[in-house]
Amino acid sequence: MSTVTTSAVSTAPLINKRIVVDWLGIAPFVIFTLLFLIIPTLYLVMGAFLTPDGSFTLKNLGDLFTPTIMSAYWISIRISVASALGGAIIGFYLAWALVLGGLPSWIRSAFLTFSGVASNFAGVPLAFSFIATLGRQGLVTILLAHFGLNLYATGFNLLSFFGLTITYMYFQIPLMVLIITPALDGMKKEWREAASILGATNKQYWLMVALPILWPSLLGTTLLLFANSFGAIATAIALTGSSLNIVPIVLYAQIRGDVLHNANLGYALALGMIVITGISNVIYILMRMRAERWQK
Amino acid sequence: MKLQKFFAWIAVAIGVIYFFVPLIGTLEFSLRMRRDVYSFDAYRSVFSDLGFLTAFGFSMLMALLTIIFGMLLVVPTAYWVRLRLPQIRPFVEFITLMPLVIPAIVIVFGYLRLYNSSSILPLTGYNQTTNLLLVCSYIVLSLPYMYRSVDTAMRTIDVGTLTEAAESLGAKWTTIMFKCIFPNVMSGVLSGAFITLAIVMGEFTMASLLNRPAFGPYMQLIGANRAYEPSALAIIALAVTWLSMGLLQLVSRFSKSAPIKA
Repeated sequence: MSTVTTSAVSTAPLINKRIVVDWLGIAPFVIFTLLFLIIPTLYLVMGAFLTPDGSFTLKNLGDLFTPTIMSAYWISIRISVASALGGAIIGFYLAWALVLGGLPSWIRSAFLTFSGVASNFAGVPLAFSFIATLGRQGLVTILLAHFGLNLYATGFNLLSFFGLTITYMYFQIPLMVLIITPALDGMKKEWREAASILGATNKQYWLMVALPILWPSLLGTTLLLFANSFGAIATAIALTGSSLNIVPIVLYAQIRGDVLHNANLGYALALGMIVITGISNVIYILMRMRAERWQK
Repeated sequence: MKLQKFFAWIAVAIGVIYFFVPLIGTLEFSLRMRRDVYSFDAYRSVFSDLGFLTAFGFSMLMALLTIIFGMLLVVPTAYWVRLRLPQIRPFVEFITLMPLVIPAIVIVFGYLRLYNSSSILPLTGYNQTTNLLLVCSYIVLSLPYMYRSVDTAMRTIDVGTLTEAAESLGAKWTTIMFKCIFPNVMSGVLSGAFITLAIVMGEFTMASLLNRPAFGPYMQLIGANRAYEPSALAIIALAVTWLSMGLLQLVSRFSKSAPIKA
């Protein structure tokens, strides 16, 4: 590593002392993240490969493939995929309208401000909002009943897969809007002009120019939304008690009362979550780097 | 062109419905406590509940401590990395983004195993040390936002020259830190602070699993036991989020390059 920094604090008397000082400067940060981020996570990751008495095993990971745990992962993945896709599609449509729809500019700034708030409005209060809106006594349910439509007789239930997906989309859509708007802003006018001079139709422009440029952003953000809802727990707990069998709730119950009767199986469950959110985030970062080539 | 505008307005309509109907529903529900007439009874009930005041106060205190200690950790680190260790910037950035990858519930699970009362560092053994652990966990959760907003603010100032100037005038490092660096990255510090406030006030997982009487678990408890108060609480929580985001916008308007949100 080079110690010849341009910032040259030329008053420093001893060269080799400086290297030590340089690294000591970030010691608090290193110690803090080791203690409260890295080691706790590594502890679980290693625990996933150990038996209760401390020898190496792959049994915990194998036990993840039991029907109850697999179904928890499966429901979690389905809810995350559904809410990520729904959020991505509606969010993209909304962002497109805000950037390219020719709307008054105050609508754009109002929506972006609101998205900043709504993407942070997750957790317990969000669940309350949806209970007050789409629950059995909720505003929309009652209004629809006035018009003779009994929402709950149609098989809808807020405490179900579909209900949870709709609820999660409340923070997914604004997140999509916030992340994808800059990408749409980065679409140069010249590309469109060049395309139309060459005789491209609107459809051809989108299919052959715009989408090939946008797809890394679109795919990447969708994966980010997926990870975002995969780790979400507070909304689900407040909405369903702990009746819905999704991974974060199973893990929560495991931490609270060892429902799996095997601490190391709990670690494996946590490892599974890290792997899934980790993979989707890594792809997001890669996609983002690809997308940024166009945003210079 | 006409068609495009038409579809744009439909998108806006969908957005407005999706965003506002739940809010209106919540507000309406929170006013419905008294039969046949709208009233603020649910709010009165919430505000007169001692549990609400203590939980809200507790979370506020935790948020304040998180912001103070988080910034004391993040600002010097970001400064030092820019000044002396530019080669490890990607690494530090990677670490600060990790809390977005590892779910909060996994991190707190690790804490409970590592810092339980029979371990070397029994942080969960006493209330005060558990509070300390909670603050640390909140710092971890807000690290991605804090670090990025501070680092962005620091991009606009010439750290090297500032430091040299201060040093040649004989300033000690505490003076450099608190009289030169902090004031110059104040916009970043404040944006980070308001996002942190919004995160901490609504946080549920950490506080619930560490058994601390914070606002998130309190809300969940009320949600399981009452009918109308939860909606009032949701409105209050939303007001807190709005307030912090509004202040955030205000702050980022003052500084040209600070991002609206990470």
